[in-house]
Amino acid sequence: MHNEKARPRRMGPGPGPSEKPKDLKKAVKSMVKYLDKYLPIIIVAFVLAALSSVLSIIGPNHLSDLTDVITDGIVTGIDFGKVKSIALFLLIIYLFSATFNYIQNFIMVTVSNNFAKDLRDKISVKINKLPLKYFDTHSYGDILSRVTNDVDTINQSMHQSLGTLVAAIALFIGSIIMMFVTNWILAITAILSSLIGFSFMFLILGKSQKYFDRRQVELGNLNGHIEEIYSSHNVVKAYNGNKDASNTFDKLNKNVFTCDRMSQFLSGLMQPIMQFIGNFGYVCVCVVGAILTMKGYISFGVIVAFIIYVRLFTSPLSQIAQGMTSLQSTAAASERVFEFIEEEEMEDESKLTKKLDPKKLKGNIEFKHVKFGYDSSKTIIKDFNCKVKPGEKIAIVGPTGAGKTTMVNLLMKFYNITDGDILIDGTSVKDLTRENIHDLFIMVLQDTWLFNGTIRENIKYNKADVSDEEIMDALKTVGVDHFVKSLSGGLDYKISDNESVSAGQKQLLTIARGMIKNAPFLILDEATSSVDTRTEELVQKAMDKLTEGRTSFIIAHRLSTIKNADLILVMNEGNIIEQGNHEELMKQNGFYAELYNSQFRK
Amino acid sequence: MLKLLKDFNKKDWLIIIGALLLIVFQVWLDLKLPDYMSNITVLVQSEGSKMSEILTEGGYMILCAFGSLAAAMMVGYLTSFISATFSQKLRKQLFEKVQNFGMEEIKKFSTSSLITRTTNDITNIQMFIAMGLQMLIKAPITAVWAVFKILDKSWQWSAVTGAGVLVLIMMIVILMITVMPKFKLVQKLIDKINGLTRENLTGIRVVRAFNAEDYQEEKFDVKNKELTKTQMFNQRMMAFMSPVMYLIMNLLSLAIYFIGAYLIDQANMMDKVTLFGNMVVFSSYAMQVIMAFLMLAIIFIMYPRANVSAQRVIEVLETNESIKDGTFDKKTKKTGEIEFKNVSFRYPDADEYVLENISFKVNKGDTIAIIGSTGSGKSTIVNLLMRFYDITDGEILIDGVNIKDYKGEYLHNKLGYVPQKAVMFSGTVNYNVAYGDNGKKKSDKLIKEAVKVAQAEDFVLKMPNKYENDIAQGGTNISGGQKQRLSIARAIAKEPEIYIFDDSFSALDYKTDYVLRTELKKYTKDATSVIVAQRIGTIINADKIIVLDSGKMVGIGTHKELLKDCDVYKEIAYSQLSKEELENA
Repeated sequence: MHNEKARPRRMGPGPGPSEKPKDLKKAVKSMVKYLDKYLPIIIVAFVLAALSSVLSIIGPNHLSDLTDVITDGIVTGIDFGKVKSIALFLLIIYLFSATFNYIQNFIMVTVSNNFAKDLRDKISVKINKLPLKYFDTHSYGDILSRVTNDVDTINQSMHQSLGTLVAAIALFIGSIIMMFVTNWILAITAILSSLIGFSFMFLILGKSQKYFDRRQVELGNLNGHIEEIYSSHNVVKAYNGNKDASNTFDKLNKNVFTCDRMSQFLSGLMQPIMQFIGNFGYVCVCVVGAILTMKGYISFGVIVAFIIYVRLFTSPLSQIAQGMTSLQSTAAASERVFEFIEEEEMEDESKLTKKLDPKKLKGNIEFKHVKFGYDSSKTIIKDFNCKVKPGEKIAIVGPTGAGKTTMVNLLMKFYNITDGDILIDGTSVKDLTRENIHDLFIMVLQDTWLFNGTIRENIKYNKADVSDEEIMDALKTVGVDHFVKSLSGGLDYKISDNESVSAGQKQLLTIARGMIKNAPFLILDEATSSVDTRTEELVQKAMDKLTEGRTSFIIAHRLSTIKNADLILVMNEGNIIEQGNHEELMKQNGFYAELYNSQFRK
Repeated sequence: MLKLLKDFNKKDWLIIIGALLLIVFQVWLDLKLPDYMSNITVLVQSEGSKMSEILTEGGYMILCAFGSLAAAMMVGYLTSFISATFSQKLRKQLFEKVQNFGMEEIKKFSTSSLITRTTNDITNIQMFIAMGLQMLIKAPITAVWAVFKILDKSWQWSAVTGAGVLVLIMMIVILMITVMPKFKLVQKLIDKINGLTRENLTGIRVVRAFNAEDYQEEKFDVKNKELTKTQMFNQRMMAFMSPVMYLIMNLLSLAIYFIGAYLIDQANMMDKVTLFGNMVVFSSYAMQVIMAFLMLAIIFIMYPRANVSAQRVIEVLETNESIKDGTFDKKTKKTGEIEFKNVSFRYPDADEYVLENISFKVNKGDTIAIIGSTGSGKSTIVNLLMRFYDITDGEILIDGVNIKDYKGEYLHNKLGYVPQKAVMFSGTVNYNVAYGDNGKKKSDKLIKEAVKVAQAEDFVLKMPNKYENDIAQGGTNISGGQKQRLSIARAIAKEPEIYIFDDSFSALDYKTDYVLRTELKKYTKDATSVIVAQRIGTIINADKIIVLDSGKMVGIGTHKELLKDCDVYKEIAYSQLSKEELENA
């Protein structure tokens, strides 16, 4: 399942691969909408971030005062009272700045984690509210990646980038203001000298971004190839495909190498360039400062302050640039998450008040002129009519891909029929809630679905107050009681992925689960021969038991089931093409007869 | 980790040494900078210094800074080259290694693990080398050199700087101790969340049929809360990092100035100005020292993760292929003949035999079928025949030659293998059918013919681009039955002496199964076929049927013979067909 692989996470230094949202404005808007209950506290965090920045701007000013006090005192003796008070003041400012910074971080971490939790919950709830149709067109991997990767991206960048971004902007603006307030000539010097470096830097940033994006694509291609070859190892070997595989690998590997190297090189330049800008700014400020000092316009302390301003002024710029890219990928991630959360849900059924009691149901089902298509443009079931009496067995047969599960989907109201009606004991399914219908059916599918949990949990699934005796009875009926007892912990045995429970035993357990549910209708998907002979026999017996006294729809593979059925529905290419019992259908000498004969013909 | 570095060749080492020298040069320049700074400071301070002097010093300083930038650029260029080359080579090495693995090694590691080792793990190592290589060299040099420059200036300043470094390291250590174990927990919880979501998705029909939506959501919620709590704790702890770091740096420069004030006050008139210059310089050296230690700390944090990845890669590289290629590649006298002589097989670490004492012989043109319940060893026979595993005892001969003597390629050219799970490669229909190299060119006509025989022509022609239509990776854009038919066509296009179908027909419906086998028989009259099957219908007409039960051969013969005297066969047969149907067959 290659599509379940996580979308590659950003790694390493410099700007990561940036994904661009389709509609940034809309993404930000919905982000704000979903964040509304957190907005006040986020604003508090922003204010703290800005305050913390402002405090770190005030710092250098006082450090410069401190320097002035010292220089003034070189000849006359230093005024230690002043030194101490300035130092104390600075100490307090630094402590406050750090505290504000931490509180801001703390708030953002709390908010972003709670927000991420909300989103995960919303997605989890949403999964169960979407029509099954949605899952026909979307891969599990896609949804899983939204639950984990996308939500994680949002969480990470919210507390890492958002706060930093606000702080950096405050620092940037603040330091410009402070520079101009202190001395406009030096301010212009500092800004101009940095500007040259920055234009250079942004040029490189854009370039390296391109390589990062390409690297991600190339790496994806390479990984895809590796996955393909590794998972097809036997065929590659058997067909001597090694050389072909190696050639493709070399080509893709070379592409990755080129992008790797360039993106790394370019992003690695950022830091040295920043450093250079800092030093260059330093010299410019010193030279211009010296001229001004000599002319007596400023004191030496101003230069010291400016040396720090240059640093303060240059550092947020790269943070802002980085914050922007990371916000962009957050927007893209949140776009995907919101898109999923806002996906159209199954229709609301709160108006439906009719309810059938599974205990009082007779078990009639009638299909009246049923029309259905997965795609509104393509009707596959054209006009299906049939009446099923209580306790009857209906076999659904047809070649693979004939649409046998369509019947399950319609009966369970997983999909709504396009036209016509299905009546359960005379009541239209349109008047019944899905929940009510589900209560009327036992469904045992071929792909045995057991979850990570104890055997008990799996058997009584979602049914309250089921005693262990009842569970053991059900297990006994299907013939796995001995097996379960042999497991360590018995009913408390935890089923997990790498398993000592075989496919056949799993099948039996799902049948037992159906028995516990005890509903008047049964939908049964007979297993094709994936289990050993002895278990197969057990499964068959258990299935037969399950059909007793129930109106049953069986997707049949076994001839005995088909032959004994009261009604056989023959399906091909989505449609029901023939119906009747075995003898009738054989007489028709149509599709069914051909299907039947093809198996045993010489 | 170091083991991997052995693979650097001479050129790489030259580049590394070049980078090393450049880094030393860069550090020298970086540490030279504060000297000029101090000179400038002194000049600006002192009465009567000339503007030209300041400009000269400033010019030197810019030159220095520029030199450092240039050196850093070159270092960056070299290290990016090294790390990219390194990962390119390592990836290739690993890929080739895995390609040569037999099934035993693949199974030992599991395919998905091998994939992550070749992709994620190598990326991890590369990241470490890319960042680490520079930092690892630069940080200690800077730290030692800067400390050395600082030491003789004033012990008070040095002590304060030392204290700063100590606090920094302590914080990092404490954070790592409290947070590291929880990081692993977070990963586990994310896996759980993933698992629960997948569980809900794969069982969506069951969940709904049982009205168990709330039940699932509750389970999810519990884990979600746990994850949020753990992650919040981690991030709150990590949030200390940056404020404390800045605090340390700020307080350090404050302390240096504060102490400086006293030092200057106590100094002689002569030394006061120098001391003042030293103070400005010292505070910038102190920052360098702190940054250097910070870099080292980052490396120490990164190293374990990279090392784990490195170990995982090394583990694969150091695994020996269990299957050694033979040398025989001449034409054989006989063709299409298979013989098993007392073959037994068990997995290397297992005590129990999977197959015991299997002997049979198949002549050219015969069809032999193997049937038995799951776990009886049917597929193992195929895997042994393909030499995906080597047998434990006995001998397997193909065309009279022991398969261990064959050159792998040569052996595989004789065999047309169709696995249980159809494999599709991303590429066109043509590419998939013509896949591989059998030493002959596969003409378009042959491919069309193969597709036709495999009953795939219908749907291939219905595709928009027919034979040039793209098949997605894993064949996700065609159905299971279609995949299987193309996979059979692939075997036919290979024109092998022996066809091997490992339960390849069960994805097909009865009708297609039947037509395909009839057509195939017509098309490949001379070829030998080995068919592993679950359905009695598929094998009823085979020349010979081998019945397996828990690794032992319990019957061999035709359908009629076996029905008479093989109980296991009878049991299988009756579970699928009625008595009369079997007898009429």
